[in-house]
Amino acid sequence: MSGPEWLDDEAGPVVRPFALTRGRARSSADDMDVIAMVTATGERRPQGLVLGPEQERILHISRRAVSVADIASDLDLPLGVVRVLLGDLKDQGLISVRAPAAMATPRASERVLKEVINGLRAL
Amino acid sequence: MDFGPSDEPVALKILIAGGFGVGKTTLVGAVSEIRPLRTEEVLSDRGIGIDDLGGVEGKTTTTVAMDFGRITIREGLVVYLFGTPGQERFWFMWDELSYGALGAVVLADTRRLTDCFPSVDYFEQRGTPFIVAVNCFDGAARYEPEDVRIALDLDPDVPVLNCDVRLRSSAKTVLITLVEHALKKITTSRY
Repeated sequence: MSGPEWLDDEAGPVVRPFALTRGRARSSADDMDVIAMVTATGERRPQGLVLGPEQERILHISRRAVSVADIASDLDLPLGVVRVLLGDLKDQGLISVRAPAAMATPRASERVLKEVINGLRAL
Repeated sequence: MDFGPSDEPVALKILIAGGFGVGKTTLVGAVSEIRPLRTEEVLSDRGIGIDDLGGVEGKTTTTVAMDFGRITIREGLVVYLFGTPGQERFWFMWDELSYGALGAVVLADTRRLTDCFPSVDYFEQRGTPFIVAVNCFDGAARYEPEDVRIALDLDPDVPVLNCDVRLRSSAKTVLITLVEHALKKITTSRY
């Protein structure tokens, strides 16, 4: 798609980011961590539901678990906007969101951190 | 709370903090593929008093660009690196990013050591495990890590090391030092 020449990437987004969310900056996904993992549930869409192209892309990307940060980067949209879109999809039952594991259990974290250290050494 | 069964994917966060131009992006890029991430945040009252809104009273959102990188340790174990915006006015971003973070690397430039004071204060107050990595730019005056420790008034257990974040091996050492430090904090707090 080629727009008029005077409108290149330098001009910035043509549509203000929160226009995609119909102006909503808050959603049920406000506290969704940047590394929370999103997975499409594969549930059938509620009848009459029309999804925007961005949400269709999210459902496509999240066929395998993917982080909120990765989705925002893939869509080249601000995190706040992506959270609103994700909140809608979650409310519709179309995605599941898993919060990152907390570092609270010493034994489990110890095991994982040791694995990370070894993994970094092997990089 | 637990990491869950071993077959569940685990994602961990490491923050890369420090002043503007200190090499945060370079560090992330040395060990992972950099991906751009934008946030368009609604200015909350946390930003008021920090953000000088004089003349832009109508502005309710602000755009912050940051880098992040992803290191896959193995299938189902991924470490995310976030280069956090250095300026204090972005502390509202830090609150979000540092929640549940494994730890933080504070990158320091000895020519502008005061730039990393806010980061050090922030992680000390939150109890986030952190280390200080002194990025040795060409021609930058080199100080012994111990001198940096004294200048920053760091606790004796906070690791301080020199590095050159352009080098993958050096960047790896920085990250390993942080994870070892975080591990030590977990094992010592148990007793």
